Amino acid sequence: MPDELARKDDGIAEAIARKIDGHIAAHVDLPGALLPLLHAIQDDIGYIPEACYKTISKSLNLSVAEVHGVVTFYHHFRTHAPGKHILQICRAESCQSMGSEALEKMAKSKLGVDYHQTTEDGSITLEPVYCLGNCACSPAVIMDEQVYGRVDALLLDAIIAEARESA
Amino acid sequence: MTTTIFVPRDSSALSLGANKVAKLIKEEAVRRNVAVNLVRNGSRGMFWLEPMVEVATDAGRVAYGPVTINDVGSLFDNNFLAGSDHPLFLGLTDELPWLKKQERLTFARVGITDPVSIDDYIAHDGYQGLRNAIVMIGANIVQQVTESGLRGRGGAAFPTGIKWKTVLDCFPNDMSAQKYIVCNADEGDSGTYSDRMIMEGDPFVLIEGMTIAGIAVGATQGYIYLRSEYPDALQVLNEAISNAYTAGYLGDNILGSGKRFDLEVRRAAGAYVCGEETSLLESLEGKRGIVRFKPPLPAIEGLFGKPTVVNNVISFATVPIILDKGGEFYKNYGMGRSRGTLPIQLAGNIKHGGLVEKAFGITLRELLYDFGGGSASGKPIRAVQVGGPLGAYLPESQFDTPLDYEKFSEIWAVLGHGGIVAFDDTVDMARMARYAFEFCAVESCGKCTPCRIGSTRGVEVMDKIIAGTDHTKNIALVRDLSDTMLNGSLCALGGMTPYPVLSAINHFPEDFGIGTNSKAQAA
Repeated sequence: MPDELARKDDGIAEAIARKIDGHIAAHVDLPGALLPLLHAIQDDIGYIPEACYKTISKSLNLSVAEVHGVVTFYHHFRTHAPGKHILQICRAESCQSMGSEALEKMAKSKLGVDYHQTTEDGSITLEPVYCLGNCACSPAVIMDEQVYGRVDALLLDAIIAEARESA
Repeated sequence: MTTTIFVPRDSSALSLGANKVAKLIKEEAVRRNVAVNLVRNGSRGMFWLEPMVEVATDAGRVAYGPVTINDVGSLFDNNFLAGSDHPLFLGLTDELPWLKKQERLTFARVGITDPVSIDDYIAHDGYQGLRNAIVMIGANIVQQVTESGLRGRGGAAFPTGIKWKTVLDCFPNDMSAQKYIVCNADEGDSGTYSDRMIMEGDPFVLIEGMTIAGIAVGATQGYIYLRSEYPDALQVLNEAISNAYTAGYLGDNILGSGKRFDLEVRRAAGAYVCGEETSLLESLEGKRGIVRFKPPLPAIEGLFGKPTVVNNVISFATVPIILDKGGEFYKNYGMGRSRGTLPIQLAGNIKHGGLVEKAFGITLRELLYDFGGGSASGKPIRAVQVGGPLGAYLPESQFDTPLDYEKFSEIWAVLGHGGIVAFDDTVDMARMARYAFEFCAVESCGKCTPCRIGSTRGVEVMDKIIAGTDHTKNIALVRDLSDTMLNGSLCALGGMTPYPVLSAINHFPEDFGIGTNSKAQAA
């Protein structure tokens, strides 16, 4: 069966499929290509659509199960589109010693979601994270790729408000 | 006259607004029509003073901090470009006691140089080690590393020289045999950030260390496996690697020697277990980060089945000074079998958190009080966890233990990667024990049963203990479970989760309801 037809059954938008094909072409010859490829796809479109496992597996000579296994093993990879912004709150010991549990509660109630969920307006996805290497400035959170240190209720409020505005 | 100003690009400094401060300083300089050369350096490691702005003066660099965007105007008003007084004025940076008391070997340049400037690196003794190594035979390079007494700084403390020798001795008659150098930059331990500081503050020292390793053992390809939680480090590393290629310090003709070494950063994907070297290798190969059985050792069958040196960032970053000044020089620091210096990271509930590089032998108390200044909250420090989430919790009575691998073993604790997390007297150690199991459950790779199942059962039993259900029975059960995990797990994740759990129970029994009622006392 030609790939073109297979693609239609996948139910994946043509534009996204083309992007994924581009990333595959750029990574296929790399030793240990799967993680760099998955990063490239997620960086580009925000998640890794399950529908593309088949294409990836064919080009890297893996089984679909292997691709699925890798995507689901790593906390960083997601199979569904996240909110416009991703807020991660550090749950590790150093941040706990400086009151991160209160921040977690506050974020959850403010956003009306639990971990791994996205706010109703689609603006923010909340995730836990285990250490951001900012342990001398605990507690820490990261919004997209911007780390914040010594976060208190006021700052968390401001971070969330800013993200909502730009969503 | 152009004045040079330093505003760190270290991500902890950025987390406190360093980018905004840097931008404002630039704008303010333009507005006031003064010429400044703004350098984005690494951090000196005094994080309670970040963002710490330095100004180069005739007398040396002077520091101001912590600087917020609201202070920039008054700094200019007070003529900080001449190093003048200001409420945030700290004095000559090199004379600050916190820095002056340290022995910075691995961190010699961090916070001082422009991290991505190869000229700056060379002007501060960079690439001296490689220059020496490039004319040596591999065995002699390995000999220097062995003599230095350097032990793996990732936490396992395995002698680096022995690991290198194993790789060197593979395929001795085949110079073209593929070998690899892999840097473990998956710094996932809570309370640690020294790898990050090196990568963001002096990436060339890591690149140089890995290049020396490659030349020593005959490997031409290196990978830095970098955790995905460090986007700033990724950017600095890639910039530095690209500059090293341009200047001929990486590639197929290093320093005109005809020797080759290529280096690439690979991003991890948020799995703590990938800090374990064999699961790291699986991950680099594009697979799930499942721990491998050992043997075979990675030194013999590592990445893609080839002989591989896997070292931590700090281990590699310490190699250049060893090759520059000799193994003997480095060995003269330290105590017992712990030679050299350890970059210690003060974290958690601590007033003066930051990076302290000292020779082995300094005590926890000196670190927590002389450097750390006690807790951030002002309450007594009740417990410290040393060595990350798999490290033991130590009570005040053990604060006089010197930092030394063997001394820590004697009290059933570990130094690990040198992270120290302080907790004040509001900490509930039963909850910390529960968290240790919970973290293990979240991060277990699932290959071995004690870790995969034990961690989840551990959370359940801890919940019962906290709720006071069948107390005596459940304390006995958690000890039994810990024993199984300790002795039956495949790697340190399951095998060391009992360290925080049991140390919490043993040193802080009152938090587990032990000794507070007669029934529990039997436990």
